[in-house]
Amino acid sequence: MFEAVLLTVITAATPLLIAAVGELVVERSGVLNLGVEGMMIMGAVVGFAVANQTGSGTLGVFAAVGAGMAMAALFGFLVLILVANQVATGLALTILGTGFSGLIGEAFIGVPGLKIPSLYIPGLSDIPFIGPVLFQQDAIVYVGFLLVAVVAYTLFRTRLGLVLRAVGDNHNSAHALGYSVIRVRFLAVLFGGACAGLAGSYMSLAYTPQWVENMTAGRGWIALALVVFSSWLPLRVVAGAYLFGAVSVLNLHAQAHEQVNIPSQLLSSLPYLATILVLVLISANRRLTLVNTPACLGKPFVPDR
Amino acid sequence: MRLELVKRKERSRTMALLSPLIAIALTALAAAIIFAVSGHNPLVGLYKFFIEPLTQQWSLQATIAKATPLVLIGCGLAVCYLSNNWNIGAEGQFIVGALFGSALPVMFPEFQSTATLPLMLVFGALGGALWALLPAVLKNWFNTNEILTSLMLVYVASLILDYLVRGPWRDPGGYNFPESRLFSDAAIIPNVFGGTMSLATPITIVIALVLAVVLARTLKGFEIRVMGESPRAGSFAGFSAKRLTLFSFALAGGLAGLAGTMEVSGGLNQLLPTISPGYGFTAIIVAFLGRLNPIGIIVAGFVLALSYIGGEAVQSAMGVSNKIASVIQGLLLFFVLACDTLILYRIRLASHQAPSGETAHV
Repeated sequence: MFEAVLLTVITAATPLLIAAVGELVVERSGVLNLGVEGMMIMGAVVGFAVANQTGSGTLGVFAAVGAGMAMAALFGFLVLILVANQVATGLALTILGTGFSGLIGEAFIGVPGLKIPSLYIPGLSDIPFIGPVLFQQDAIVYVGFLLVAVVAYTLFRTRLGLVLRAVGDNHNSAHALGYSVIRVRFLAVLFGGACAGLAGSYMSLAYTPQWVENMTAGRGWIALALVVFSSWLPLRVVAGAYLFGAVSVLNLHAQAHEQVNIPSQLLSSLPYLATILVLVLISANRRLTLVNTPACLGKPFVPDR
Repeated sequence: MRLELVKRKERSRTMALLSPLIAIALTALAAAIIFAVSGHNPLVGLYKFFIEPLTQQWSLQATIAKATPLVLIGCGLAVCYLSNNWNIGAEGQFIVGALFGSALPVMFPEFQSTATLPLMLVFGALGGALWALLPAVLKNWFNTNEILTSLMLVYVASLILDYLVRGPWRDPGGYNFPESRLFSDAAIIPNVFGGTMSLATPITIVIALVLAVVLARTLKGFEIRVMGESPRAGSFAGFSAKRLTLFSFALAGGLAGLAGTMEVSGGLNQLLPTISPGYGFTAIIVAFLGRLNPIGIIVAGFVLALSYIGGEAVQSAMGVSNKIASVIQGLLLFFVLACDTLILYRIRLASHQAPSGETAHV
């Protein structure tokens, strides 16, 4: 029982984790991309479509990453080159992604999906409890953890991370030191798009292997909230993602027990209510948030030539 | 070669008016490409989508009916965005408004008098305003990001609607279908002008005009614009950012709630699990396309409503999915935001070698 719950928590947490880590890098570079939901849903539909047409889940995942990056490039062009309003452009990205995914996905409604296989490591995967939980996941689950580790290391232990944080904290100084603020930010935005696309493909190729319109159901927005929750620290994203993964599978497990007499809608709304609650608790503590908030978050930068 | 932005000395008034038109032209171009790629004649597609709905009386009426909630919600959102309050949860405020407005005809169907409809409209506006005040209060008290909280409340609102129409508010004589009882005649918003238009439309236009005057000619309008552009300057004038956050959210929520009530009491005449084709989100596009100006929003609301009707038209005439409507809506917002760059900047192509001259330094 506990094992089954833990397994569903892992699958529910993985897309949140990946999308949130990507957005964390974007925000560390000083850009607020509210279009995570749009990039994610495009990843979901393109991943499903390509996997369906080619019969290869791996190709689907790569196509989804590409779709996320294409969406991110569009966003980057608008907010970095044309200096458009970041909040409004992010919203536009979500609206566009929702529309486009509906159009592309119409042909795939009700089509049986393709589930990317779980890894099987002889010996390790057979250990009771630990095996299924730790060593029998699909590759994306491990990629998620790897991403967190790489991002955490890069941000705080490498020159690249230092440059990224400098650009996010004070773009004028970074510019004066000779770093190309726009280029660093554009690459960060692309990385965020790739992560959101990957998270989306996990939704349609692993979490529920099928295409349903709007299947990301606000997870992109929850990922945005997770970045605030983590106060821009990668390791805390893991804690947040698993917390929200747990909340979002409550519904699934409660419905299996007939004696639980709670309206399913109330359980379905828990992740959204939990997001609000967490935002309140985190934001109320200004000292905690202000320390790590990138100082130039959401501020436009026009190079002074 | 690369793009280079050169800041203008002041905002270009010409571009402020031209940019939405350029955006619409670019959107039409993009739509033509989408039609061509999906194997249809792009010119026929554009005609069916953008022009034909304007040539027939029924489709013109349908467009106006769809434009009405968009304009009403868009006006409220404009006040929020002008004052730098990012309310993106109008869809939820629309739904909760519809729920409050429907409480009377659903729970007390015997109460049928001339007061029924006015009471419903008041309740609807109240419900929407209360729902919108949640993110505003959280922003003021806890410094919570209103973008995320207002959006989260959209999901909660649609789940509450779902619960009510499947549970306590389900029509007792409705064979277990997830829908409320039908409203009585006293609870239905009447048609005017010989039955061609819902009373909701003139109400909306009057509200938009009043708001236009308030924004352009009154102290409150000045306060909204100053606090949006320079909160520090506004605070020296004695304006309170927190009070304005409450005001703008309550106003936007109230208008969205009113739109929700008029939608269920006008078009649907009952509550269903889904009562909006995304009006609350489309209204965000309306607000931006309309330059955050109520008069502009009336025009923009009509344009966006046309995209709903046009989507249906190309689906029935050419077999193109009506999902193309939301793609075109999304593209339109993108192009509007991109073209708005022209208001503050001039764009020129510069080669990498030659550094720009003295004009670049402003």
